[in-house]
Amino acid sequence: MLAPTIERAGRDAAVDDDDAGRRERTRARRERMLSIGAPLLVLVVALGGWELFVRLNAIPSYILPAPSLVLQTLWTKWPSLQSSLLFTVKLTLWALLLAIVGGVALGTLFALSRTVEVSLFPYAVILQVTPIIAIAPLIMIYVDSVMGALLICAWIVAFFPILSSTVIGLRSADHNLRDLFTLYQASSWQRFRLLLAPSALPYFLSGLKVAGGLALIGAVVAEFVAGAAGKETGLASRIFEASFRSDVPLMFAALLLVSLCGIVIFLVTSWVSRKVLGHWHESELKRER
Amino acid sequence: MQSTSAPAGAEASTPLIRLARASKRYSNGTVALRDMSLDVRRGEFVSLLGPSGCGKSTALRMMAGLLEPSAGAIEWPADEKRASEHTRDVSFVFQEPTLMPWATVFDNVHLPLRIAGVSRARADADVRAALALVGLSRFADVYPRELSGGMKMRASIARAMVTRPRLLLMDEPFAALDEMTRAKLNDDVLRLWRELGLTVVFVTHNVWEAVYLSTRVVVMAARPGRVVEDIAIDGPQPRLESFRTSPAYAQVCVRVSESLKHTLSDVGADH
Repeated sequence: MLAPTIERAGRDAAVDDDDAGRRERTRARRERMLSIGAPLLVLVVALGGWELFVRLNAIPSYILPAPSLVLQTLWTKWPSLQSSLLFTVKLTLWALLLAIVGGVALGTLFALSRTVEVSLFPYAVILQVTPIIAIAPLIMIYVDSVMGALLICAWIVAFFPILSSTVIGLRSADHNLRDLFTLYQASSWQRFRLLLAPSALPYFLSGLKVAGGLALIGAVVAEFVAGAAGKETGLASRIFEASFRSDVPLMFAALLLVSLCGIVIFLVTSWVSRKVLGHWHESELKRER
Repeated sequence: MQSTSAPAGAEASTPLIRLARASKRYSNGTVALRDMSLDVRRGEFVSLLGPSGCGKSTALRMMAGLLEPSAGAIEWPADEKRASEHTRDVSFVFQEPTLMPWATVFDNVHLPLRIAGVSRARADADVRAALALVGLSRFADVYPRELSGGMKMRASIARAMVTRPRLLLMDEPFAALDEMTRAKLNDDVLRLWRELGLTVVFVTHNVWEAVYLSTRVVVMAARPGRVVEDIAIDGPQPRLESFRTSPAYAQVCVRVSESLKHTLSDVGADH
């Protein structure tokens, strides 16, 4: 499940006779089973070992709760955990959306104007290399709205990969194709729309995969810094709270939800990448063997 | 296509494009081309032949308007009036197929017309005609990665033909292909040249290819890039497969090779 299976029935397969096609499909199915089955097996063995370890040694739940207890806690505390989950998801998605808008807009500006790039790029780098956890308290002071402050923190973290991948992508267009557009006297917009944007897409999408994960990290870290302030709180605050009360099973339950968020974000961005690039880009093509 | 009102005889003798002592010196001091003068008449098939660094590609890019000469000029004597528009009638085929990997063969061939503002629907007939010219009719909806090297190059030629260019510039288009594919594509280009009445300037470092294809071979030397000799090639038109094995062909190849050898020994003498 974690390793995305790159499913692509090649057009060439249609040319093959039925027998070869069937063999190909069998092979694809086996590979799919392996890529889902193997990680699943590891999970089952690890959880089983954990459960057994806790039970055999009678370890108290405030030190290490058994997986079964974590799941039970998730179930019993679900009503309150659910609203925290929603808050974190909302924060992450907004941060990611704003990072995409800002990163693509600024990246395009950078690619179009050398002056803008030279003047602003160092500050984008400074923003990136300064640990968010060090800036967050200041943002909390200057921004009144808690949601606003959290959003800014998460945005700062997610923004840079989108920006840099967009800039590199827009620059990566084939030189001969650029000449071709010059030869046919394409307008700036045609050049952007028909050449630069499609060339940038694979880079942008790999930036998006990174930014998706970082947006979640930014959202969680920001909330840790902010503490449990405000009416609405996310999963990070729940972990924080639970640690004060030594409610370790709840900590694990909230942690599990954070991880699940990250996994879903990864799967969705990978799926988008596959959908967009699947028919032409090397990174998403399945090679015939 | 519009034609000028000049009588046919005058038109044939007036060069389509002229390099008038065109030179290219790059900012780092390299002289890529020195004082190249060349007239290309309508209907000619001219090959620029020489070792790497002889400025043959530089000359070609100047004709395409992709590069400005640092001295001298590129002129279009046949139609001075339309000087600013002439580049629209020029097509360029690169050494690589230079197709957009994200677009189908149809959309790749459509590109020059799309840039000129012709919609997919209105361009349909022209695009399909261009694909038929190179034998790719069945592959319109296929992506470039699914084509062989030779077929990619055909798609690239179809894209060049779709605008019905008056001047077709080809920059070592078949250098990366195997010998059989190259021979086949040579014949295809000759057929297009003959049937459509094209004017072609063809850059190559292959003597046999240059002699087989051309009505004229311009031999060039390197450091600095310059024209050494301009050799008219006789031989049957249309070219027949038998020409490749005829003594006349071999003779001309020897003659051109000798001229080329001189350019190389010149370099040795310089140092």
